[in-house]
Amino acid sequence: MGFLDTLLGRTKPVQPKLDDLFALPSAAVTLDAGAGFKPTGSGSVCFRPVEGRSFADVQKDVQELLDLSSGKEGGLPVEVTKDSYGFNWLVSSHMSDELEALVTDLHAVNTSLVDNGFGPQLLCTLVAFRDDNERRLGLIYLYKRGTFYPFAPLSGERRDNALELQVKGVIGNDLKFEQDLSRWFPVWGAPGL
Amino acid sequence: MAARTRYAPDRGLTVRMTATMFLLGLVFVAFVAAIIGIGAAYHASSAAIVLFAVILGGGFAVGSLFYSDKIALATAGGREVGPNDGDYARLLHGTVDRLCALADMKKPRVAIAENRLPNAFATGRNADHAVLCVTTGLMDMLTPEELEGVIAHEMSHVAHKDVQVMTAASFLAIIAALLIRIAFYGELFGGGRGRGGNNQNTAIIMFALMAVSIVVYAVSFLLIRMLSRYRELSADRSGALLTGQPSALKSALVKVSTQMNRIPTQDLRAAEPLNAFFFAPAMKLNAKASLSTVFSTHPSLERRLAELDKVQQQLGRTAG
Repeated sequence: MGFLDTLLGRTKPVQPKLDDLFALPSAAVTLDAGAGFKPTGSGSVCFRPVEGRSFADVQKDVQELLDLSSGKEGGLPVEVTKDSYGFNWLVSSHMSDELEALVTDLHAVNTSLVDNGFGPQLLCTLVAFRDDNERRLGLIYLYKRGTFYPFAPLSGERRDNALELQVKGVIGNDLKFEQDLSRWFPVWGAPGL
Repeated sequence: MAARTRYAPDRGLTVRMTATMFLLGLVFVAFVAAIIGIGAAYHASSAAIVLFAVILGGGFAVGSLFYSDKIALATAGGREVGPNDGDYARLLHGTVDRLCALADMKKPRVAIAENRLPNAFATGRNADHAVLCVTTGLMDMLTPEELEGVIAHEMSHVAHKDVQVMTAASFLAIIAALLIRIAFYGELFGGGRGRGGNNQNTAIIMFALMAVSIVVYAVSFLLIRMLSRYRELSADRSGALLTGQPSALKSALVKVSTQMNRIPTQDLRAAEPLNAFFFAPAMKLNAKASLSTVFSTHPSLERRLAELDKVQQQLGRTAG
């Protein structure tokens, strides 16, 4: 933020960085090879809804667009859920080997919001992974930072920090990882995880 | 670009804030000129006194800036909490986490004050030392979305560096207040110790210093209050743009303000020094609205609601 903005007490809304999301499919291969985690095929985009008709229309359009594309391939329709903090999660489900298609879907949500001027409302994207022992892992992409971090929930709102750090060791070089650990915030009960 | 129009800055607010700061700067220049003038007119050095006041005042300002988080937390009875310290802390941390990720901000420390007075404040000398404190009364009263609106408002204060800006703005008033005091005691005791003909001059210098300082103090006090009100409005605005829910912030404002008026004054005295950092001031609103508006640190509820209406219209506009 510039000196002038400080003096005048204003903030510019932060625009999201979208491109780094496409590095995910190749990193998933490394993750499987290095830690045994495979994508479940479901992923979600989390955003802050804006009140008013304008945003509601955009969200409806996005939903219809995704339903249309998944309907063609016999996939599941997208789902919208609202979490307890008032954020919306748009969940897209694919087969577990269709990570590319999933990322394309998620990217479609991003671009629709950005094109309609709601880019600053994007919070994060989550892609779910699972290993043979049914351990859950989410790779979360922070739009404003353009970075990834892992989130491994255990039962009772605890995090498996060891696993998270292990994941960082495995794919830390494939993806732009969030270096500031204080920004690895938990998303308890995230849909699709 | 659609994105640009939707989040355009409020030009009117910018102009008014610039004007206020310009006037404050003007007062500062006039103050310095007057002091030099007084010194030159009487061939005496009021410089030592002024220098003393500047150093002392600077010490005060830097000290209060440096320890602002600790002072405010101690005064409000706030206690820093982790994400696992109960339901209140969990909700608060979750909300702050999301807002920080949305705004790409560093997460402030989070504190809770056991107080039935519904209020919140954020302080600290910079983003690395920021602390956000919310009372249990506020969390009991508001829905999670309203609470989010209040927290977004407080985090906007951090992003706007309001503590630094207001400290810098108050610096002048602190020095003027010190000079009034020094000159007053100089007037009282200075006479006896003087050396013959010099006596008269000293008395006049002291009197002139005091007069100038009083005027500067009064004018800068009003300007600082005005600046504070504008910065509240911009924090409202940035907060509402961040959450995308101006109506949630509006309803939080209405709830908190009506509650503030209902609580007896006795309890509120303890909270008064912190008013400038509070979300809504903890003072009973006066019937004499015009005068209290000039002196208050926060804009009136009507004004804040009207400004948020503008944000609402801006967000609801269809793209293009």
